Amino acid sequence: MKAIRIFLRNIRDGFKSVGRNLSLSVASISCITITLLIVAVALVVSSNVENMTKLIKEDFTIVAFVDNSATEEQIEELQTSIKHFSNVESIEHQTKQEIASGMKDTSSELGKIIDSWSEETNPLYDTLLVKVKDTEKISKTADQIGDIELINNVQYGKGMVEDLLSVFKILEKAMIIAMVALVLVTLFLITNTIKITIFSRKREIEIMRLVGASNFSIKQPFVIEGLCLGFLGSLIPVATTLYGYSTLYSHFKGQFFSPFVKLVPAEPFIYIVSLALVILGVVVGMFGSYRAVRKYLKI
Amino acid sequence: MEFIKFVNVEKTYKNGVNAVYNMNLSIKKGEFVFVIGASGSGKSTLIKMLYREEKPTKGEIMVGGINVAKVKNSKVYKLRRKIGIVFQDYKLLPKLTVYENVAFALEIYGLPTDEVKKKVLKALDLVGLKSKVKSYPDQLSGGEQQRVAIARAIVNSPKLLICDEPTGNLDPDTSLEVMKVIEKINDLGTTIVMATHDREMVDKMKKRVVLLEKGKLVKDYEKGSYSNYESN
Repeated sequence: MKAIRIFLRNIRDGFKSVGRNLSLSVASISCITITLLIVAVALVVSSNVENMTKLIKEDFTIVAFVDNSATEEQIEELQTSIKHFSNVESIEHQTKQEIASGMKDTSSELGKIIDSWSEETNPLYDTLLVKVKDTEKISKTADQIGDIELINNVQYGKGMVEDLLSVFKILEKAMIIAMVALVLVTLFLITNTIKITIFSRKREIEIMRLVGASNFSIKQPFVIEGLCLGFLGSLIPVATTLYGYSTLYSHFKGQFFSPFVKLVPAEPFIYIVSLALVILGVVVGMFGSYRAVRKYLKI
Repeated sequence: MEFIKFVNVEKTYKNGVNAVYNMNLSIKKGEFVFVIGASGSGKSTLIKMLYREEKPTKGEIMVGGINVAKVKNSKVYKLRRKIGIVFQDYKLLPKLTVYENVAFALEIYGLPTDEVKKKVLKALDLVGLKSKVKSYPDQLSGGEQQRVAIARAIVNSPKLLICDEPTGNLDPDTSLEVMKVIEKINDLGTTIVMATHDREMVDKMKKRVVLLEKGKLVKDYEKGSYSNYESN
């Protein structure tokens, strides 16, 4: 009962302090708001870049042309053996008739030519479309498939795939470095502003100690105050994310200038980002206060 | 019965300054003791050791059965709850009202709100400031602010009230007012230890006077006055 009463009073005092030290609270909140806005933008950009690279990687396909001498049973066998390769995700068989009818739809000229083909004169090959698990090893897997006797030829966009992959790799690394740096900067900025807020109240802490407040009960209202500041500071960034990204998404109809660059769907993405912002603000706010108060407590 | 006891207390600060030497002193429950001496005589150090702002380098200080020298930093609050402290600069929180300033010292113990209210009003009544509960410290005179600080110090009914130059910032008339309040508290049974420079006050009060000089206790008079030491 006593502990609950103290806790409730500390919550009350924590909230009151935000109002009592309004100018400093506003300074802290603005600082948190600005840093969290930057974090929000960074989160949105990095998630979209990651999404884009993922989608492009998913499109990487090894196309294997099967020799015309192969019988249907042999093709079946081929499929099962390729499926057992460790890096193979899925395999799809397109017969030459399927490919031909697919080509027919692209133009009527071509349709006429294709119509003139019979089963024997169809110059196309049966094709196996192979998706891989690890795009890094796509060339090795392609070579393995190419080595199979009944496979005439293998294609996977050699050269371009490697270039894209190395660009993606650099991009991913840059994103990670940028995010880590940003989070550190956020931590530093927010804890420092809160520190200033609390340093100006050194006297308050001193008096609390003199009248017999335990270290714990001195820390508590300040930590709750930090929580409030962090939460209030995250409101504008959250609103910007929720409203801004959904507007952006519907404005661009889910793709960024070209159909190849798909945006991350607004829901539930914006909720996850918002939650991350609130948690970051609150945790850093509390941590900052805790650190700052500790400095004034002789322990 | 001895309430405060200094046994061979010595205090050397980290910078090598020796503030208090070989001090032996005992104060009975309910006594009123002035600690006087020139600046740098060790008065403040003595007072600070009583509420464990400073630790003695050697010796033992007992306050109400607690060996103050052995109290850990994290447990200091337990000692502070048993004593009240009044400072020259009042140490009130400017953004809290008079009521909140006093209530603050009780709320940290988790006392129920109605009990807090009762005790706060009683303490403010004792110092004669019941009508100012809603004022802020900067709306009060120096004497009134000091009385609020006294109310805060005694609201928890401590056995010991420590005063560090409580009238240092006040004019003689106001000092007398504050002194009367402190005397009233003493009459109610609280032990009082007061460091002061105010010779008129000491002369008038006819209480026990302890004189410090260069860190040593040189004189201890039962009903003393400043003039006793003039010749020194």
